[in-house]
Amino acid sequence: MIDTLSFVTVYPEVILLAMACVIALFDLAVKDSGRTPTYVLTLFTLAVVAWLQADAASAGHTVYAFDSMVVSDPMGNWLKCFAALALMVTLVYGRAYAATRDMLRGGELFTLSLFALLGMFVMISGNNFLVIYMGIELLTLSSYAMVALRRDHVVATEAAMKYFVLGALASGFLLYGMSMLYGATGSLNMQEVLKAISSGQVQHQVLVFGLVFIVAGLAFKFGVVPFHMWIPDVYQGAPTVVTLMVGGAPKLAAFAVMIRLLVEGMLPLALDWQQMLTVLAVGSLAIGNLAAIAQTNLKRMLAFSTISHMGFVLIGMLAGVVNGDAQGAGNGYSSSMFYVVSYVLTTLASFGIILLLSRDGFESEEIADLAGLNQRSPLYAGVMALCMFSLAGIPPMVGFYAKLAVLQALVAPGDAWHISLAVFAVLMSLIGAFYYLRVVKVMYFDAPKITDKLAAPMDVRAVLSLNGALLLAIGLLPGGLMALCNGAIAQMLAH
Amino acid sequence: MGLLSLAIWTPVLFGVVLLALGRDDQAQVVRWIALIGALVSLLVTVPLYTQFDTSTAAMQFTELSPWIERFHVNYHLGVDGISLWFVLLTAFINVVVVIAGWEVITSRVNQYMGAFLILSGLMIGVFCALDGMLFYVFFEATLIPMYLIIGVWGGPNKIYAAFKFFLYTLLGSLLMLIALIYLYLTSGGSFDLVTWHKMPLSAEVQTYLFFAFLAAFAVKVPMWPVHTWLPDVHVEAPTGGSAVLAAIMLKLGAYGFLRFSLPITPDASHEWAGLMIGLSLAAVIYVGLVTMVQKDMKKLVAYSSVAHMGFVTLGFFIFNSLGVAGGIVQMISHGFVSAAMFLCIGVLYDRVHSREIATYGGVVNTMPKFAAYAMLFSMANCGLPGTAGFVGEWMVILGAVQVNFWIGVAAASALIFGAAYTLWMVKRVYLGPITNEKVKLLKDINAREFLFLGMLAVAVLYLGLYPKPFTDVMDVSVTELLRHVAQSKMH
Repeated sequence: MIDTLSFVTVYPEVILLAMACVIALFDLAVKDSGRTPTYVLTLFTLAVVAWLQADAASAGHTVYAFDSMVVSDPMGNWLKCFAALALMVTLVYGRAYAATRDMLRGGELFTLSLFALLGMFVMISGNNFLVIYMGIELLTLSSYAMVALRRDHVVATEAAMKYFVLGALASGFLLYGMSMLYGATGSLNMQEVLKAISSGQVQHQVLVFGLVFIVAGLAFKFGVVPFHMWIPDVYQGAPTVVTLMVGGAPKLAAFAVMIRLLVEGMLPLALDWQQMLTVLAVGSLAIGNLAAIAQTNLKRMLAFSTISHMGFVLIGMLAGVVNGDAQGAGNGYSSSMFYVVSYVLTTLASFGIILLLSRDGFESEEIADLAGLNQRSPLYAGVMALCMFSLAGIPPMVGFYAKLAVLQALVAPGDAWHISLAVFAVLMSLIGAFYYLRVVKVMYFDAPKITDKLAAPMDVRAVLSLNGALLLAIGLLPGGLMALCNGAIAQMLAH
Repeated sequence: MGLLSLAIWTPVLFGVVLLALGRDDQAQVVRWIALIGALVSLLVTVPLYTQFDTSTAAMQFTELSPWIERFHVNYHLGVDGISLWFVLLTAFINVVVVIAGWEVITSRVNQYMGAFLILSGLMIGVFCALDGMLFYVFFEATLIPMYLIIGVWGGPNKIYAAFKFFLYTLLGSLLMLIALIYLYLTSGGSFDLVTWHKMPLSAEVQTYLFFAFLAAFAVKVPMWPVHTWLPDVHVEAPTGGSAVLAAIMLKLGAYGFLRFSLPITPDASHEWAGLMIGLSLAAVIYVGLVTMVQKDMKKLVAYSSVAHMGFVTLGFFIFNSLGVAGGIVQMISHGFVSAAMFLCIGVLYDRVHSREIATYGGVVNTMPKFAAYAMLFSMANCGLPGTAGFVGEWMVILGAVQVNFWIGVAAASALIFGAAYTLWMVKRVYLGPITNEKVKLLKDINAREFLFLGMLAVAVLYLGLYPKPFTDVMDVSVTELLRHVAQSKMH
């Protein structure tokens, strides 16, 4: 039964869908090669949607709609708000880059990115296996197209192909796992599945069998070891603006899906999925950090660093349930949420710098291309240094508090196993510090190879400075964002 | 805003302003603003001394407000007799360093001065923090400006040195981070140091925590055998960087022992005191011998820093008031003396661009004023009575003899090594006939150099001749610390 009230719950999504179509048509009339009217309209749409989500989030209601197919709760609303903002920032950073590479023709980039965002929204709101699956497909199909947007570019096409094949495989995994669970529990709805699992009537083997496939599918979307193979190639091969679209906001949606599926749907199976996530997290921390050391390509290095950071996000999920007791759940999951949000914030700024340096047909992809950036522009070098120190987890940058929150949740059970895992994570982040420091070294200690001044439009300059300042500001006063994540997760768990 | 907040944030604010607005073509303006910033930062610390109540061991000038409520982290500041002098010392050395870098640094002056001002604020923060997490944030944040100082303005092998510095110290402090989180959880959700001091802990837990703290602080001090980063870093760091590193940054580690290891894990500290004394004596004797064969002046002073810091840790782990107070006095005096030694080397290096002892000889003939200063600081470095170097070492040796005669003897042997390597360097660099053209062309120090060396010379003599103001301040706090450490926490 679909009533009008249900539409009220999803009207940001409706607006987004409508505007994506409008913008596709509107762009036909735009002659400007920089696509300024389309760009402004897209940003305006995103701003409205972000504002609507923030508004819904601060209202703090949990509403189920469309016969419990979708849910609107503060966690989802905040994540959607951040995703919309992240996409806005991505477009601001990436417009000039895309324009010089003839990627704006036809305005597909704007339309596709809006559809990708819609996909994320659906993923985040999904309270039903199929709705979540649809959201994932909408996001990934738009992403495949965006990666391949430079169709005459060999590397990008290869990346798109690889992404598509592996992505399809992962979607298959996910769908197969969902079908197993549907078969076992007789429902696609999260709460129903949870009820069926809690009842203890369902055979455990079948559940775990389905769970394995679901975790594998999720692991692919997150890009954690051993399902990480696509990440470096896609990050490196895709046009940088698309890399940011793939590597930024979607992590927020992937986190939401993980929470919806594993926590809201399958919390009684926590012991099983925690074991799987432990393996994934340990592998990601080790391989991500070690492989990143060997990279000379900055985008590829950041790709491996992403893998390790996603390992940290998973670590926050490990501590929630201990010996069947969900005491520390809110603590653990909210630390993961904080980690994801701060990670996305940092990624935006670091790719913003890469986009900024990549002007005029020159791809600034090598770490060496940053040489002497401090002499060319102290501001941008400063922002990039903030990013690197934040990713390395050095206080007072926001990345430190993210690591602190996750480690704190991990140590909370107090047993030797969790503490040794924390020590391992800490040692891996020491390795991480090495390659982030190397970027700082190149920017500050090496002499510049190119000496021309960097000119950026006002909007990029302003947003980039703000983004860098936020890394430090949230680092100095992390309480607000932490409380926000905590409240959102607490409410999610209460329902 | 309280006095301690002022002491922390005044230099940081000036530093940020310099970073944001300073430009290379206005280097002179930048220098003056930096100097004003450093002087103002020093001035705001003066009331801390004049209003300090020496009759109580309680924390003074405390400030407490919630910072990260989710983790019950508080912005909690305060000083007692142990930390007060380090706040003043940091602000003082900062002024000296700004003056010392005046003409020497010509590229990116605003970033250089900004980094030092910010660094000084952060280090004061370490000494004032009464919240474990706040301490850690300050402790770690100091790595960033120091890394940049070494890497941007350092010598030929600066990149290796900068990485070694950063990663070595980060490794230690990350283990401490786990310990802090563990303490937070076992104390029922508090990062408050005073709570941690009172919290009972089992022997096993104390041992783990003790070694986690040791990892962080031993690297920072640095204690033998994890001292190897220090000579490499000192050699490559710019003069100002070396001075701050030796004068203040090493003290962060030693201070950590007093604030964390001893009061939080007193039983483990007693249990492992033998190990700590052994490592300290190894630093004093073995590193003292290593110092003797150095050919590079900076390396020589760096190794002698390790030996001197060995006295500090020795003093802490013999658990009597002479030892602990002596260790603290030694920290302060080493702050003045090591900074002065590195700045002297800097004066020579700016003129000749060599740190090799063999390059020099007979400097006293061309630079008499400078040689007089250098002689004074060298005497202080080998612990001549009447200079700052004597007081702390003497107290520690006395304290050691009280505990065990042979420990005292071993520690006292350092005075001989110290005299040997320092005097031998003085002989080869300053005395004797002029050996080469470069030394013949040397010009004596100018007014600026005279000024900053003079400031340090006054401090060195004052502490040496009349240490009472220093020991009076710390007396009650040290007694209280020892009383606390003597009580077992295993119940």
